[in-house]
Amino acid sequence: MTVMTKGKITDVQELKNVAKKIRINILHMLTQAGSGHTGGSLSAADVAVAIYFSKMSFNPDNPKWENRDRFILSKGHAAPLLYAIMAEAGYFPMETINNLRKVESPLQGHPCCKHIPGIEVSTGSLGQGLSVANGMALGLRLDNNPAKVYCIMGDGETQEGQIWEAAMTSAHYKIDNLCAVVDNNELQIDGPVEEVMGIQPIHDKWEAFGWHVISIDGHDMEEILKALDEAESVKGKPTVIIANTTKGKGVSFFEDKVEYHGVAPSQEEFDKAVKEIRNG
Amino acid sequence: MGEAQSTEHRTQNTDKSRTEEKKPVATRDAYGKALLELGEKRPDVVVLDADLSGSTKTIGFAKKFPDRFFNMGIAEQDMIGTAAGLALTGKVPFASTFAVFETGRAWDQIRLTVCYSNTNVKLVATHSGITVGEDGASHQALEDIALMRALPNMTVIVPADAAETESVINTIVDQKGPVYVRLGRAKVPCVMPDDYKFTPGKAFVFHIGKDVNIVAAGITVDMARKAAEILSEEGIDAGVVNMSTIKPLDEETLLTAAQSSGLIVTAEEHSVIGGLGGAVCEFLAENYPVPVKRIGTQDSFGCSGSPAELLKLHGITAENIVETIKEALKK
Ligand SMILES: Cc1ncc(C[n+]2csc(CCOP(=O)(O)OP(=O)(O)O)c2C)c(N)n1
Ligand SMILES: [Mg+2]
Repeated sequence: MTVMTKGKITDVQELKNVAKKIRINILHMLTQAGSGHTGGSLSAADVAVAIYFSKMSFNPDNPKWENRDRFILSKGHAAPLLYAIMAEAGYFPMETINNLRKVESPLQGHPCCKHIPGIEVSTGSLGQGLSVANGMALGLRLDNNPAKVYCIMGDGETQEGQIWEAAMTSAHYKIDNLCAVVDNNELQIDGPVEEVMGIQPIHDKWEAFGWHVISIDGHDMEEILKALDEAESVKGKPTVIIANTTKGKGVSFFEDKVEYHGVAPSQEEFDKAVKEIRNG
Repeated sequence: MGEAQSTEHRTQNTDKSRTEEKKPVATRDAYGKALLELGEKRPDVVVLDADLSGSTKTIGFAKKFPDRFFNMGIAEQDMIGTAAGLALTGKVPFASTFAVFETGRAWDQIRLTVCYSNTNVKLVATHSGITVGEDGASHQALEDIALMRALPNMTVIVPADAAETESVINTIVDQKGPVYVRLGRAKVPCVMPDDYKFTPGKAFVFHIGKDVNIVAAGITVDMARKAAEILSEEGIDAGVVNMSTIKPLDEETLLTAAQSSGLIVTAEEHSVIGGLGGAVCEFLAENYPVPVKRIGTQDSFGCSGSPAELLKLHGITAENIVETIKEALKK
């Protein structure tokens, strides 16, 4: 088999550097666009970078390569994160990131598979990604295809009933070629998740649904890599990583701020943020 | 097909002896049979159901091909998403449950992961319309065509009988993209000719009439033909078109029908809002305005009762088609 990635990154420091670059590009895109979701793009950045650049096999020149690992951003509003990663991976030219949310741009406000091959399925209406991930995992299993499926959800998103329908399905069909991640930043739009509609105890809930559950610091690259390895080794049941994260991570004045869920940085904020990320 | 046919052809098609030798068969039974045959021929076909496999008739496939059958439990939203995922790995998923739950409960899922993502999912719903009968309004989908027709990328098909259902299933398995097929619970008479083969987007013309043309789909095709016979005895030339693909509509045939008679009557086991009647009116109003009468449920829910009683209650009968046409021709 030909090598289908640019070469996976195993060095922790190198991954951290990629994550910094991704964070800066997320903020650049959002600032250019003047709208979009800042907090949730930054909170999931470390986990998503680790999945894409250390774990997944894929080929940007042949996005439909059938043995590729699949990634689904169920929390589709974090689209800037996905676009920054895909640009870095070489799915489309880096200049494209200047066109987030612009009319007729492939970089739609929420991920659209029609416009960008390599995006597996369109998302944006929350609660649906895990079901699609299950379907893909089942399809791959039928074909004896060893590819894996990754799916990132928001913590607020897990208030959707369909998530729990899908959680039952993964366990019922013993789907172990799937690794789900909950970006547990404890915030949603209207406030803290526990105030809007409590989801705790989430560790116990997923376990009760038949999942192997790993709780980690979602910004500690070493812990993330360890969890992803563990997920791969667990057989006979699905694995979910509860990534305990900070919304807006990496930029002090965005961190844990509910109001930066769906607000883009101003130019001034962007300049300050880039300095912080570079020095951080 | 799609063109006015000779009178000779018409008498041949309305010949009772041909249809009477075949017993009525429910379209869902034809679906079950078609799936079984496809399962044998097509290893890429997978089937999903939501705890109704005995009723939707996917159970035959489930028993024969257990590895390719996924019972999703009573979780229609998850069923649609899972079907989309399977399609994305190259499978051809057929996802089935009752029409109310398939299209209503999972509409946003169909919109996002099937239509917007343009995945190769076949939604085959059974128990549509009021002929569900005794279970009552909660189980009688009278809005499903409207719901599915409004979605970009979706093809909407309503087969008239068992043979057409089998032909539809064998055709859409090779058609890329989302398809909604609307099937029923009750047994329906066989109306399509033996040599008929379904073509997506192509209506089947039994006859183009000079006085009126009845555009029907599903169980109303048989009623339309009976109505045309009654009218013909009274000297009224009523044509019958089986518009089994409601989206994309066969505009050419509809135009021919409207031009020939200047009066169109639609008949469907669905609300007159947004269904076949709605689709026909939208096209004609913009392209060839002629009077249209729409037979179907009139912005109401169904209720419990026997299928025959309910059809009568809602005026979905050959008799009401006849009455409606006579009334319209008087004006
Ligand atoms: C079905 C649905 N309902 C509502 C929304 C609007 N919405 C977008 S993001 C969001 C909050 C998401 O919170 P969470 O899942 O915790 O995401 P994160 O904190 O990572 O941004 C909501 C309600 C949506 N996109 N989809
Ligand atoms: Mg959150």
